Amino acid sequence: MAVLLLADVNGAELATDQLAKALTAVAGLGPVTVLVAGPAAAATEAAGLAGVAKVLHAEDAGHGLAEPLADLIVSLAGDYSHIAGAATAFAKNVLPRVAALLDVMVISDVTAVVDADTFERPIYAGNAIQTVKSADATKVFSVRTAAFAAAGTGGAASVETVGAKASDLSNWIEDKVAASDRPDLTSAKIVVSGGRGVGSKESFAVIEALADKLGAAVGASRAAVDSGYAPNDWQVGQTGKVVAPQLYVAVGISGAIQHLAGMKDSKVIVAINKDEEAPIFQVADYGLVGDLFTLVPELTAKL
Amino acid sequence: MKVLVPVKRVIDYNVKVRVKADGSGVDLANVKMSMNPFDEIAVEEAIRLKEKGIATEVVVVSIGVKQAQETLRNALAMGADRAILIEATADVHQDIEPLAVAKLLAGVVKEEAPGLVLCGKQAIDNDMNATGQMLAALLGWAQATFASELAVEGDKATVTREVDGGLQTISVKLPAIVTVDLRLNEPRYASLPNIMKAKAKPLAAKTPADYGVDVAPRLSVVKTSEPAGRKAGVKVGSVDELIAKLKDEAGVL
Ligand SMILES: Cc1cc2nc3c(=O)[nH]c(=O)nc-3n(C[C@H](O)[C@H](O)[C@H](O)COP(=O)(O)OP(=O)(O)OC[C@H]3O[C@@H](n4cnc5c(N)ncnc54)[C@H](O)[C@@H]3O)c2cc1C
Ligand SMILES: Nc1ncnc2c1ncn2[C@@H]1O[C@H](COP(=O)(O)O)[C@@H](O)[C@H]1O
Repeated sequence: MAVLLLADVNGAELATDQLAKALTAVAGLGPVTVLVAGPAAAATEAAGLAGVAKVLHAEDAGHGLAEPLADLIVSLAGDYSHIAGAATAFAKNVLPRVAALLDVMVISDVTAVVDADTFERPIYAGNAIQTVKSADATKVFSVRTAAFAAAGTGGAASVETVGAKASDLSNWIEDKVAASDRPDLTSAKIVVSGGRGVGSKESFAVIEALADKLGAAVGASRAAVDSGYAPNDWQVGQTGKVVAPQLYVAVGISGAIQHLAGMKDSKVIVAINKDEEAPIFQVADYGLVGDLFTLVPELTAKL
Repeated sequence: MKVLVPVKRVIDYNVKVRVKADGSGVDLANVKMSMNPFDEIAVEEAIRLKEKGIATEVVVVSIGVKQAQETLRNALAMGADRAILIEATADVHQDIEPLAVAKLLAGVVKEEAPGLVLCGKQAIDNDMNATGQMLAALLGWAQATFASELAVEGDKATVTREVDGGLQTISVKLPAIVTVDLRLNEPRYASLPNIMKAKAKPLAAKTPADYGVDVAPRLSVVKTSEPAGRKAGVKVGSVDELIAKLKDEAGVL
């Protein structure tokens, strides 16, 4: 058995935390080769993670476009029993394509690797956990990283170059990635999220001020994103990002199951909401009932 | 250009899902079923392309139980022209896997020759997020997943995608597969006259055998269990009390 683990490269940066957590998830399945399609520095960084046996580096893989990257992975697939990646937008775009080219099923959002063929994954917005056993020759799966601890550094794996072929099916035009000094949402120790209750893009500053005081990442509900209060990459939930920080503060969020799906495995949950009946209080360790526009600034000031 | 939209019949997003006590799955008997919300967005987008004169015909297709007819009629009432039902099982508890769905859809694509396939990003029952990508692979077509903006010009589509760091814009050669995300549009409601009209629109019935596809699952479900629950916590009376609890009791500050 051997594992090919796809690293997620955002722009030019290795998504190190995602890779380090995915490494932990697949560690028991055999030696792990990491595929980095991106700049050389990202490959070097991946080689330094503990538990990496080898790094394969493809210099020009066309901004992670699915078509050339899937072809590259398929060309390498013969050497591996398992092909995996962190369950990010990047890997979810390409792994199902790889699986279909290999005529195998993909197993999305794995939360536990039971054995070489058996995996746990949430279904129905996390309202049920399914254990599935794969009959396929190659297992292709994505790992929900919130469920795993990050592997450390101190590795010294060799880096080998592999060639990727360009594809004329699709073309990259532009990335609009907001630069931020805040921690990454999926790896942050503390997340402060705002919902429809925040009311406008301008008043999201109240949420951001609390987040900055706590050194936290900022999240949002779908309603806040749909209303234009927050950018799409802040959405936490069934169809957004899944987070499991030490502390999750939900402000002006009612607690729909689709939102809970993305944060209910947080260690400690705080809810601030003016409606004492809001379902978010059923999962919150500490609930504070009242107007967010008085409570949140007071909290920010007193921390 | 013909646009094909696969629509799935799923448990309504408002229903509280219950795991069966014997661990064999979730209870789907007598629960409200609806069109997968992402697929409503895909149908809406296809209809808008037709209204703009870019699409000539909107064909919807569903794979599953016979009752998926209702889902297709819904799409026809929104404004789709024609429907195909591939009855792949008689058991409402049997989910047809994305790989098998993609193979069936590839068969439909070969017959219908659409210029564009608009899928949902993810079915809210199995949460797989896979079918569109798999279909693109089987056809050797370009794919643009998680679309929040779509512009079709000539033999190309420009798509803005919702990705982890923000937004990415790519251009894909047509025919292509686009999977749609929440921000692409707001689906319309079907009007009563259109619901009536939809009853007369053509709905073809097919089986997997018509496409020579084996729908036997590759993943066997060992068990389905309840997720670990959370204990309801306490309400605190003030910001000071909250800070004290977070420091002394929870130890997270
Ligand atoms: C296919 C699909 C996918 C979805 N995916 C997601 C997802 O990934 N993530 C997600 O979050 N949702 C998702 N949703 C949407 C979800 O169903 C809810 O609609 C959404 O989470 C509601 O957001 P909200 O809690 O911010 O808004 P609301 O439900 O409107 O709640 C607003 C809350 O703010 C409180 N409030 C208002 N004013 C104040 C104030 N001044 N002070 C304090 N409290 C105040 C109110 O009491 C209320 O509880 C999805 C839905 C569908 C159909
Ligand atoms: N049984 C099905 N019938 C029709 N379309 C489907 C079916 N299963 C999946 N799809 C399509 O594929 C998308 C993604 O589904 P999934 O890969 O299962 O998350 C859905 O939003 C539909 O557009």
